[in-house]
Order: sequence, then structure tokens, then C-alpha cells
Amino acid sequence: MAMKQTRSRHEALALGAEELLKIYRHMLSARRTDERMWILNRQGKAAFVVSCQGQEAAQVGAAYNLRPGHDYAYPYYRDAGIVMTLGMTARDQLLSLMGKGEDPNSGGRQMPGHFSSRELNIVTASAPIGVQFPQAAGTALAFKMRKEDGVVLASGGEASTSGGDWHEAMNFAGVHDLPVVFLVQNNVYSISTPEPLQVAGSIAARAEGYGFPGVAVDGNDVLAVYEVARGAVERARRGEGPTLIEAKTYRLTGHSSDDDDRRYREREEIEEWRLKDPIPRFERYLLENGVLDEEGRDEIDGKVKAEVKEASDYAENAPFAESGFALEGVYAVVGGKR
Amino acid sequence: MTTKSLLQAIHDGLAGEMRADETVMVLGEDVGRAGGVFRVTEGLQEEFGEYRVMDTPLAESLIAGAAIGLSVNGMRPVAEIQFADFIPPAFDQIVSEAARFYYRSGGAYYVPITVRVPYGVVPGGALYHSQSVEAWFCNTPGLKVVAPTYPADAEGLLRSAIRDPNPVVFFEHKRCYRLLKEEVPEGGAVVPVGKARIHRAGTDLTVVSYGFVLHQALEVAEKLSTEHGVEAEVVEPLTLYPLDRGTIVDSAKKTGKVLVASEANLTGSVSAEIAAVVAREAFEWLDAPVMRLGAPDVPTAPFAKPLLESFMPGAEKIEAALLELARY
Repeated sequence: MAMKQTRSRHEALALGAEELLKIYRHMLSARRTDERMWILNRQGKAAFVVSCQGQEAAQVGAAYNLRPGHDYAYPYYRDAGIVMTLGMTARDQLLSLMGKGEDPNSGGRQMPGHFSSRELNIVTASAPIGVQFPQAAGTALAFKMRKEDGVVLASGGEASTSGGDWHEAMNFAGVHDLPVVFLVQNNVYSISTPEPLQVAGSIAARAEGYGFPGVAVDGNDVLAVYEVARGAVERARRGEGPTLIEAKTYRLTGHSSDDDDRRYREREEIEEWRLKDPIPRFERYLLENGVLDEEGRDEIDGKVKAEVKEASDYAENAPFAESGFALEGVYAVVGGKR
Repeated sequence: MTTKSLLQAIHDGLAGEMRADETVMVLGEDVGRAGGVFRVTEGLQEEFGEYRVMDTPLAESLIAGAAIGLSVNGMRPVAEIQFADFIPPAFDQIVSEAARFYYRSGGAYYVPITVRVPYGVVPGGALYHSQSVEAWFCNTPGLKVVAPTYPADAEGLLRSAIRDPNPVVFFEHKRCYRLLKEEVPEGGAVVPVGKARIHRAGTDLTVVSYGFVLHQALEVAEKLSTEHGVEAEVVEPLTLYPLDRGTIVDSAKKTGKVLVASEANLTGSVSAEIAAVVAREAFEWLDAPVMRLGAPDVPTAPFAKPLLESFMPGAEKIEAALLELARY
């Protein structure tokens, strides 16, 4: 018979039931929205899907530590979990998926997954890998120069650490002790190329060479990611400098809806990782610790699904931007201070 | 009025904007303690401190990318790329990032950064301290590209570039830094981005030029007037992208003959675009084909002096081209 622990993990982290359920709901919303995107894609209603599935714990666990609209986030294209934790909605995601005029990221100019929100300080993202890291360092430098306590979360996959931008930003952040948290979601694949061909040695260990802490964490354990990220964000807020977090996780879907991953990985491998899926795993934790019962779980899932369904219907019926929108808005006209 | 070199004017423009707006800052390689390899930023770190005038690691992509991130968070950075020849690593950040933030975010994010870029042939500069790379940036919607030649324009345009809500690539011809001096209004008059300047009015032909070649062209124009009675109108675009088409086309219509001259490699150059605009919009006013003078399509000016001289367009070639055009 298992001994009951005197203190649960979440109690040790000072997380109450309400907060745990918020975290759970962010993860579930990101997942259910993502699942809906694939259905719309298969129905021929959405041209392209790029997925967060499998990485929700890494994303939500990290982003839950930010203050939306005050701290900054530089997400990459899988980070639906980050942007939804910060306040973007299923409706936002599905408007973007279908390229509609109300898409808050770009008004239908960008592919889905290229997140942007001025109100939430989610900085507009592009497709090339790693370009966000020098930008994030610059944003962190502005906080430091003004002696503000803002923190910047810069996120990417393991392949984004292969190019120069990541290293240039790591070095610069180390030189000036910038308040930035580098979150690398190591999901094992960059399209088809597996981690052993992408990454030499350890990503987390590289931080030591730049003079700040690097931590490898089980990226499918949301409380573990939350704990590490909280430490990193608090350290940055205290002005002590950057932290690198390598969240070890797994991409459960193909690279995108245009990718057939049967060409490069075995089904058995995916099935093994499905057993470690971060959402059922956190659900089990909540059930075992009495934070949630099965009825409560079904109620939350029902609400999330209804929300996603409503969002999907709304997005389907929403208009595209006027065609003239393609040809305008290249240059900013007024340059008022933010 | 104070007589200033191009270099002093740019320095003063920077210092003036930094005094007026505490969000304006400078970052780049050796810009702080050393005051820049050309001394453009001399004394600024002493006045504004080591954050607002920051010596960065030698990493151009970082410099441009950090400038973007600073601007997103309320700053107005002026990034210096030490030599135009070193800008390729920053290309992605400038062309695919800074230039597109505004468009790709549906107008939510704008990027008020200025990227200062010393360019052009100087004796001994050789393959990696000589290039004219402006054309690379002149088919990138979202960027503004300026290349003033004379001190007053440079100081005024720098002020405009810093205040502009869009990313501006600001080219400074190295050979003109200490060579060109003129009186500059106290405080520096603001010169708008997007407007060309007519340096010399004329009736017989038009020269459109910028950089050191513009300076040579103005000297040649005086000589043609004295020796041949040919009056050349000399137009400087000042902003290379987007071009002030109106001023250039109006001059072409007035004189009917146009030479476009710079020291950039000819094929795919800014001169090519100007020639195309004139050919289309002033066709019925033209009395001669639009001519272009530029560097041959070899990498850039070599190190040895005789090799360098054979690369540059030079005053003799400018004079020959203008006389050919005048006689046409």
C-alpha cells in the first residue's frame, strides 16, 4: 500500500485547486482547439495546420508564470499553449486557421500559428527558425535599461538552437544578465530530422558556457515545468539574469498537415509517447489528489468542447478581410510612442 | 550656421535626437568607448552612458534583432553596422523581420529603428570595406532606404529617420565623411524622408546621382557649364526606396536627357530602377536613351590603387557620358 505523502507537489508549489484547474483548462483548450483544426483541415475547410499536441505542458507550465500585457512573449509556431495561457482564445486560433479578417495575429495575412497580440505583448512571429531570440534579448534589454521588472519568454524548438541567432542571443543575454527566459521545447523532430542529427551534446548544458543556469526538465510534466519556469522568471525579475530551460517533450502529430510522418518514424514510437501524453497525465494527478473528480473533468471537457465548437462555427462564418487589405498597411504612418 | 563635415553632422544629429528623446539609443560594434571606427559616435557614451551607447558583441544579426526587440519595448534604437560589407548576417533580421512586423501583425507592431551603414569605396578598403549594397534593400517593401551625401541633408534626414515609425536603412558614404563640409543650420533642420533634392538647376540634361559620385558629378557639371555651355540639372534622390519619382521624372521631362550615376554594380542597381521609371514616365519627353554609369559587375574595388581606379566610374567617365548625352 502506497504511503500518502504529507504534502502534495502542488502544495509544495503553493498552487491551489483553482490555479491547478486553470492550468488544466489552458492545456485542454489548446488541445481541443488543435484537434478541431485537424478536423477542419480534413474537411477541406482549412488549408494548413501546425500543431501543439504533446507540448501543452511545456507551454502552459512556462507561460503561467508571466503577467500578460506586462511581460513579453516571443512564441514559435507550435505555442498555442503559451498564447492561450496569456489570453488568446479558441476563437482567435480558429479565425487565424481560416485566415479570416478578424484573425488577431495578422488579419489573414499570415499562416496559422504566427501569433501576435499587441495587448498581450505577444510579439509577431515569422516562419524562419530562431529569429525571435535576438529580438527577445533586445526587449529584455529595454526592461533592464528602464530598471523595470518585466521578463521576456523566448520560445522555440530544439532545431532553433542550431543556428547563429540563438547563440548570439544567449551570449548577449549572458553578457548583460538580461531578464529573459529561453524555453527550448525539445520535441525530438524538426520536420523529419531526429534529435541525434540536430543536437550535439546537451542543449541545457550549453547555458553554462554562456554563464547562466540551464535546466533540463520533463516537458510533459506540467508541474515540473511550472516549477522550473517560476524559478527562472523570478530570477529574471530580481535582475539576476537569464535562464535556459530545455523541456524534453515529443511532437505527437506530423510537422504540419502537409507532412506524412510515416516516412521517418515508427508508429510504435508515437504510441509509447502517447502513454506519456501530458494532458491525461496531469488529469490523473488531479484525480489522485482530489482536485478533480470524473464528473468535474467531464464538465470542464464539455465546456471546452462547446467553446471550441462555437469558435469553429464563428470562424467559419466570419468574413475574409477586403481584398484591398493585401495591398495596404506596409508602412506605419503615425509614430506615436507606445 | 556652423560648418560641419558629413561625419560631424551625423554625430550631431544623433546627439541632438538623444538629448531630445531619452528612448533614442545607439548600439553597435565599437560605438561606445572607441566612438566608432570612424568616430561618428565619439563622446556619446560619455554623455549618455554605456547602455544608451552600447558596445555589442561582433554579431550583426544580434545587433539588428536586438534593435527590433528594443523598439517593440518602447525604445528608438539606432544600430550601427560597422561596414556595409558586414551587413549580410543581419539581412534576415532587417529584410524578413523589421520590414515586415507592421504588415504581418496587421499594423499592431511597428519597428522604429534606424540602421546606420557606412558604405562605398575608400582607398585601401578592398573587397570587404568598400561595397555599395543599397540595392539589396531597395526591393523590400516595409523598409525605407536613405543615402544622403552632404552634411545638412544627412543631419536632417537622420533626425527624420529616427523619428520615423518604420525601419530606415541609413547609408553614409565613407569617403565623404571628412571630405564634404558645408554650413548646417543650428539644431539641424529636419529633412523629410521620401523627397529628392535638386542640387543644381539646368536645362540641357539631368544627372541623377548619390554618394561620392554625386560630388564628382557636381564638379563635372560646373566644368561643362564653363567649358561647353552645357547646363546640367543635378538631382539627388536622398531616399532610394521608396523613390521620389515625381522630382526625378519632372527633371527628365524638363531636360529630355538623363544620366543615372552611382558607384554600385550596374546590374540590378538603384540606377536601373530610376532608369526604368524615367523610360516609362517621361518617354515622350526624352531626346536620348536614358544612360547609366556605375561600377562594372565585378565584386567591388580591389586593394591595389591602380586596380581600384579602374573600378570606379570617376570624373572623366562622368564627363564623357554627359558630353555624349549633350551631343545626342
